[in-house]
Formats: sequence, C-alpha cells, structure tokens
Amino acid sequence: MKEYTFTENVDVVVVGAGHAGCEAALACSRLGLETVIFTISINSIALMPCNPNIGGSSKGHLVREIDALGGEMGKNIDKTYIQSRMLNVSKGPAVHSLRAQADKAEYSASMRQVLENQDNLTVKQGEVCELIIEDNVIRGVMTYTGGAYFAKAVILCTGTYLNARCLTGEAITYTGPNGLMAATHLTDSLKANGIKMFRFKTGTPARIDRRSIDFSKMEEQKGDDEVVPFSFSTDPSTLSKDQVSCYLTYTNEETHKIIRDNLDRSPIYAGIIEGTGPRYCPSIEDKVVRFSEKKRHQLFVEPEGLHTNEMYISGMSSSLPEDVQRQMYRTVPGLENCRIMRNAYAIEYDCIDPVQLKHSLEFKNIKGLFAAGQFNGSSGYEEAGAQGIIAGINASMYCLGKDPLIIDRSEGYIGVLIDDLVTKETKEPYRMMTSRAEYRLLLRQDNADLRLRKKGYDVGLISEADYNALLKKERMINDETERLKTTYVGNNSRVSDFLKNMGSSPLKSGVPLSELICRPELDYDLIGPIDDNRPDLPSDVRQQVNINIKYEGYIERQERQVAAFKKLEKKKLSDDIDYSSIKGLRLEAAQKLDMYKPVSIGQASRISGVSPADISVLLVYLGAKDH
Amino acid sequence: MKTDTIAAIATGMTPSGIGIIRISGEDAFSIASSVFHKKNKEPLSDYEDHRAYFGYVHDNGTVIDEVILLIFKGPNSFTGEDTAEIQCHGGILMMRKILDLCIRNGARTAGPGEFTKRAFLNGKMDLSEAEAVMDVISSQNDLALKNSVKQLGGSLYKTITDVRNKILFELAYIESALDDPENYDLEGYPEKLSVKLLDILRILEKLADSFDDGRILSEGVRTVILGKPNVGKSSLLNILAGSDRAIVTEIPGTTRDTIEEMINVGGVLLHVIDTAGIRQSDDVVEQIGVRKALDIAKEADLVVLVIDSSSVLSPEDEEILRFIKVNDKKCLILLNKSDLPTVTGVDEIACLTGSRVITISAKDETGIDELKSFITGEYSKGFLKYNDEIFISNARHKEALSSAIESLLCVAKSITEKMPEDFYSIDLTSAYDHLGRIIGVSVDDDVINEIFDKFCMGK
Repeated sequence: MKEYTFTENVDVVVVGAGHAGCEAALACSRLGLETVIFTISINSIALMPCNPNIGGSSKGHLVREIDALGGEMGKNIDKTYIQSRMLNVSKGPAVHSLRAQADKAEYSASMRQVLENQDNLTVKQGEVCELIIEDNVIRGVMTYTGGAYFAKAVILCTGTYLNARCLTGEAITYTGPNGLMAATHLTDSLKANGIKMFRFKTGTPARIDRRSIDFSKMEEQKGDDEVVPFSFSTDPSTLSKDQVSCYLTYTNEETHKIIRDNLDRSPIYAGIIEGTGPRYCPSIEDKVVRFSEKKRHQLFVEPEGLHTNEMYISGMSSSLPEDVQRQMYRTVPGLENCRIMRNAYAIEYDCIDPVQLKHSLEFKNIKGLFAAGQFNGSSGYEEAGAQGIIAGINASMYCLGKDPLIIDRSEGYIGVLIDDLVTKETKEPYRMMTSRAEYRLLLRQDNADLRLRKKGYDVGLISEADYNALLKKERMINDETERLKTTYVGNNSRVSDFLKNMGSSPLKSGVPLSELICRPELDYDLIGPIDDNRPDLPSDVRQQVNINIKYEGYIERQERQVAAFKKLEKKKLSDDIDYSSIKGLRLEAAQKLDMYKPVSIGQASRISGVSPADISVLLVYLGAKDH
Repeated sequence: MKTDTIAAIATGMTPSGIGIIRISGEDAFSIASSVFHKKNKEPLSDYEDHRAYFGYVHDNGTVIDEVILLIFKGPNSFTGEDTAEIQCHGGILMMRKILDLCIRNGARTAGPGEFTKRAFLNGKMDLSEAEAVMDVISSQNDLALKNSVKQLGGSLYKTITDVRNKILFELAYIESALDDPENYDLEGYPEKLSVKLLDILRILEKLADSFDDGRILSEGVRTVILGKPNVGKSSLLNILAGSDRAIVTEIPGTTRDTIEEMINVGGVLLHVIDTAGIRQSDDVVEQIGVRKALDIAKEADLVVLVIDSSSVLSPEDEEILRFIKVNDKKCLILLNKSDLPTVTGVDEIACLTGSRVITISAKDETGIDELKSFITGEYSKGFLKYNDEIFISNARHKEALSSAIESLLCVAKSITEKMPEDFYSIDLTSAYDHLGRIIGVSVDDDVINEIFDKFCMGK
C-alpha cells in the first residue's frame, strides 16, 4: 500500500461526482451517514459531457423512479430544463416518455449547490488512486495526494475517467471527457484486488455555433404547452417558462459518401480503438456501414444551454478526423456553413464486468465495496443516476446493518437495469430500452411514485409529507375507480345524444361509467358531460383512474405474468451451493452458476448458458433437499 | 393431503404380451372393484395388501378381458398411495379400453411422469433416485435439440418451434419499432400482423383439435395392409411383430373397422393399419368397408398388398392394383402361400405393376427376411417417410395450446380495437411462453409439474 500522510474517518466514500456519484452521495448523507465525495474537478460535478437532455424513451422512466425513491435528478432537471416534451403520446401509456432539454451549465451548477449544501456531505477535489481492502472487506481509499480516508463503505462511480483516452481520427489525447484529467491509478488497484475489468468506448457528436446554422432548412420542434414535471414533488405550476426549440434535419447520400470514403481513417475501423461501443447508440460511421440501405439518418439539433451558442448535433457522433468532420457536417441541410466549436470524439475507458456485483450493487467478493454508473458498464446519465441511488441506499443499509433494497424486474426499470447488468453478460455499454422491461405496462412513468415511493419512505429518503401525499393520491384513485364501476348511466336521451356525438354506439341497457371508459373512442375526461357527480380531482389522479379502467384486462394479464415470474424469484438459491457436485447439470451450466451464484431460480434462468433443463435439475435438487 | 385418483397404461403403447393399467390415489381400490369381478363373478370386498386377484374386467357386466388385479396399499406402493394394477392381455386397444373404463369410473388420466411425481412428493424417492431423475432430464438437453422423436414427436417439436419463431419475430419487430422508430415503421403493421395471426391460429387450432380424437398413435410409417379375407394378413402381422399371439383384437360390432398396431421392423417403426378384407360385394355394408379401406390407404405412406399365390388373381386384387397405380402409392406386393402350388406368379404380377413383388410363406415364415430388408432399405434410402401428421396426446400440451390460442385471440382483439402496438406484446409473449411449455423451453412457474412433465421414469 502507498504511504499516507494523513487520515480521516468517515462512514462512506463516494469516488466520482457524476450522475451516479451525486445520487449515491446524497442518499448516504441524507440517511445520516458521514460521507465524502471525490471528484477530479469540482467544476465537473453532474457534468453532462454528451447529450444536453434528461429522459427520453425508457430513460425518462428511470428518472421518475429515481425521484420516487427520493433521488435528486428529477428535481434538478425540473429546475434547469429549457424545453420539455412527452414523447410517444400516440402509443400506449407504457411507452409515454418524458424528455427535457437541460441547460447543461445550470444543471451542473444546481446539482453542485445541492451537494455543497447537503448536511453530512463533504465535496472534495482529488484523485482516488487505491482501495484499502483487508480480508475481502473494504476499509477505505487512498488519494493521490497522500490522504487515507477510512470508511465503512466505498462506492465507485468513476464513469468514463479510468485510463480514459479521447480519439478524433489519428489525434489521441489521454484525457477524460471535455479534456478533463483522466484517472490513471485506480484500475491497477482494482485489478490487484481481483476485479475483472473491461474496456468500453462511447462517443459524442460535434457542437456547432448556432450563429452558423440556417434553421430555416430544418424542422422546428417546440416544447409541450403543458409541461409535466419529472419530480413527483415538483408543483407543475412552478414550471412555466419560455422554452427553447430543437431542430430536425437529416444526413444524405453526400454525407454518407464522405464517411465511406474516409472509413479507413476512423479509429474504430482502423483498429485503433480497442473498447466495445454501444450498438444502441452508434456513431454515424456505424450507422452508415450497418444500415447501408438507408438514404438518410435523422438528426436533432439541440441547444446546450441559454448562455452558450453551442448546439449539439444528436445522431451524428463520430471519431473521424477533424478535416473529415468539417466536410461531413457541412453536407447536412442547414449546416452548410457551420463552424464546429467542439469536435466530435470517441472516448475509451476502463469499467468492470458487472456480473461481479450483487443486486445490491455490492461486490460479491469484497464486503462494503459498491459500484454504480458507467463504471458498471452502462451508458447514459439516467442509468448512472438510477444505479447511484441504489448503491447509495445499499451502502447506507450496509453501514446501518439493515437489509439491502432490491427492486425486482416487475417493480421498476431500475430493477430491470440492475438485474440485466449483474446477470447477463454485458459485452457493450448497456443502455436502457423499453423493450428490456418485460412488464412495462405495469412499469409506466406515470405510476413510478405508486410503485416505489413506499420503498423510498421505508429506507428513509422520502419525507413524511411526501409519503402522506402518496397515500392520499392512492386513496383518491381507488375511490374514484370504485365510483366509476358502481355508477350506472341509463339509456336516456342525454346519454344517447352524447354517445352519438362522440361517434360511439348507443346503449341497450344501463352500464357502469367504467364500461364507457373502456370504449376505444372514449376516456375518463371525455365522458365528463354525462358523469354528474364527478369529484374535482388532480390530473395525475384522473390519469391513473383512466389507465386503470381502460387497460384493466391488459394490466390483469400482465400481473399474471408477474405472478409467475415472482414464483421463481422466490425460490432462493443459497450462495454456498456447490453446483459442480449436482448430478445432471451440464458442465457449462455448473460453471456459470458457480461464477454467478444466482440468488434465485429466477435469476439462474436468465443466465445465458443455463438451459431450461438445467433449471429443472436445480428444481429437483431443491425439491430433493427439502424432503 | 387429498389427491385425485389417476390412471394410465404403465407398459407403454407397444404391443406386448401383458399390458398393465395402473390406478393410484384415494379411490384406486373402489375404482378397481367397480371394473373388476372375481372368477366367481363376486366383486372385491376386501383389498388385501400385496395380493393378486384373478378375475375379469367388465363393463357393466360385459366381460372385456381376463386379468390379474394387484393391490398395493399406501404407503407401501411405488407412489406411496393406494395403488391397483390391472394386468391384462397386451394390445393397445385392449389397454386403452380398460383405461377408458377406469376413467369412466372416476379416475383421471395421469400426466406424463405423474406417478413418479407422486412418488417424489410422498417421499418415496431418495436423493440418489432424484439424481437419476436429473440425469434423465439433463439428457434432454441434447435430446431436445437432436432428436425429440421418441419423447414428443419430432414434428410436434418442429411445428411448435416454427410457430414460436414466428411469434418471436413479431415481438422483436414491435420492440424494435418502439426503441428505434427511425429504422422500424409500424405503419400498416397491424393489418399485416392480423393476416399472420390467422395463419398461426389455424396451425394451432388444428393441433388442438387433434387432441384425443380417438387415435392413439401418431408416429411411424403409416402402413396399410390390403388384401382379400384369409389371404394371410394376420399371420403376416404376427410374424412381423415377433409373436404368435392374437394381435387382431377386433372392435365388437364393427368388424370392418381397422386395427392399428405399432411394429418395429429392423429399427423402422411401422404404424400398421390392418383393414378388413377388401372384397367386391353387392352388400352395401361390405361396400362401405371396401371404400373405407381404400380411403385409409390413400393416406398411407406404404401400402402392403397381400395376394394369394395359390389362386388366380381376383377382381378385388386387380382393383387394388389399379388403385395403387392411380394414387401413385409406395407399394409392396406380397405373394403369400408359397408353400402351396403357385397359380399366380411373380412375373404375372410384375407386369401389372411397378411395385416390388416378394414371395413369402406366412406359414413357413419364408421370404420374411427379404421383406424386412426391403422395408429397412427403402427407409434408409429415404423412400419411406415417417408420417408427419401431428397429434397432441397430452392433456398439459392441450391446455398450453389452448392458452396460447387464447392469448393470440387477445392480440387479434387488440388489433380490432385499435390498441397501440405495444399492447400486442403482452399477449404475444404469453402465447410464446405457453408454447414453450409444450417443448420444455419455458421455465414453468409450477415447479414440480414442470419437472415431472418432462420425463417418464417408465413406471
């Protein structure tokens, strides 16, 4: 171990102050634990080095879940948003997604303020270079400048900084994002402690001076008139502000030709990049190669903030050399005379193989050491924040001697995210997607509070007042649902005129109002005129009532699927099972099971390389053990 | 623990000298006594443990077969429950008939492996036996991939897998469109899916309809034996089946019905359908029999025509030969009774048909090797194919199929009601899982059923 020159004792050390680190540190300190958070640069707290927005398809769900548990991300974007939209409203309620453009500088500054003013929390600039581990138990960390911070728990949230290098064509710099210093020491310490590392890469597009863009050649996209807050605690009336616009444009054959002609100069195709990139967030080079039949790709031009001219060219991340970038961006309608302020680049970094973690995000082999965010092989601010709050809560529970908080796949996208990370073999940066959530009709962004707030309250991150508000909301939803199911309307002339006007078929006999809501052409708000005793309810309650009634059959069927899922989750596998001794298990399955040590039959069934027949063997094994 | 009483044929669906029907559960003895009486026609009054009773199985007094009834009182039985075993004369029809009788008297058909399951649940298996069970299951790791013919019916496996793949494709498409709307368009998709659903539903409904429609056997080379009465068809069957027992168990009252047997000829499983003798007749009933025999032959993979070489070619024989030619059937012609002076010779037949002609004597058992090598030879050359018609013979399969169909109908309803596409995936996923249960690739929530449904310990 490195020599230290001074020591400090705290409860929890958080390494890294990005989106994961911020949530983790806030959760720990809010739960009363003395916490210190390290960052390479205090100026880069909650930095958004890539896209200037929070949320979007499935990621918006994560933000709402973080908020339901008592996290900060939703509140922070509500404070600093400059445009907000609910996406996919033409589709079912399960895939409605909230997305807000952030003023990046504001977002970062606002989060920094929250951290700096948080009781029990110390923000410290510095590089953590070594873990202090004794007998597989974490004892603290060493800093590069000689401090030893002894702690009961450590949470690693190093993002993309570990041994980071940025590539723009042949030009390589050994820095983290935005030219920030990379963290070059910690990887060695992790490896020395037996932690298996991966090398991943991701990328970001160019930022262009808005004065050089001809927006008349693009399609303007304004924010929604009625803005829905991310946070369940934000009063929607406080959100109104002038919103900025985003713009839609497209690449074309000329763009693609330039890219193709210069592919040999792309670090990925030239083999310079070793890291694995995300399939779901491909660079423009990848898109042109993989979807060669596509004549154009959609681009979003998004403002980076109110006090900058930088515009983010979403959909066109690249690691091509600067001269190629200059040509290629200028082929896009509206960008003919564009001036690039920051080049697009790819970034490579060290992260861990997340199957080394438990669902609590604690390392299986090192007690008290937790990990969250891009360090765990995910990508995205929201994915990072979601893991951050769970790691923070569970590091706290660990310090307090309580059971960890585990959210399962049927309870939240957070559960899906973490279960996927710790169970499936991640070969690329993991991005959340709605298709990954098999029970997504139940996991809507609109009911995240109803799903998770109680858990947040139980761990101690949700205030009594917020929890009571939730109970009140639940009561209103139940009462109103019940009322609609028991209030009948008859076939009188007012009702039949109304139905006729709505293009709905007439009634043959009296029906409960709930039955009318189920009709495709009607909904809760629409039948207001024939619902005489309707109470005055907040819009979020009305929305829940409408969804519960309208999609009741689907919700019930999905709940049946969840019940089947839960049965297997409840069949627990202890971690001392010697799988190699179980007769009938195939060798590959036994090895995988020994490596993963799944907590349940359910988790075992999701491990690749474990077949249904192997699961049957395990079930017989469990059955035989019970007798 | 109260359980219902289950019954099943314990000796497998193959021709054998003795067939065993096992009944297990609380009402096993009372059900046994309602279908059994002793030789002196007295019903069973007491059930002595581990005792064999000689007597008859009867259907409301009509004797069906001479049997031995064995009594095992729980917990000293294989399953740990009261168990009765009826040992009857082998033959699928007989066993089936007695089983049906037990069912009518209150038992329920046992699912595959259900006896073993009960043994397991009643603590009758120790860990090593459970491990043997695991071995059987794990061997299915390969079996499911390579050759599930024996367990499930290779074509059933294939059909279910095909349908599942179709569903999976649609699921993946919808999911892609949700996550990547730029590259996947759902415009016009509901209409396309409707059409595909109809196709899938048709396949599944046909499968579901095949459940227990009275046909016991599904696999093997569907072989129809044609020929005049007394030409030696039964003797031929006896030789092929390797025993001289009377395998021809005619169904009373319907002498012109067919008799079906499974016969293993040199490793090739023949599903033999013995028709009543075809005879030209003015008798209306007889004519129906003839027509039916030819109808069945139309569906056959192999037609074996037995001709009496000791007499002249009859008009019936000529009709069959014409039929074979017209329908272009794979055919084997056997000239039987070569032990008698030859009247109709090989050359005479050969000029009427392109089929192989073999001279045999069922009485002296000559020519049999040539017959066998013809069948194995044709099979190995791929000229003879297993019947690929699929039957669902398992109640759990039927249930899973029905659930899958129900789920797909829900998808169709969602389309009709113009629900957003993401709703389809709930029911598509359910259908996919239900079907997976049939071929054992979905992990069932019902643990014990899942395990024991997958294998049969042979008991």
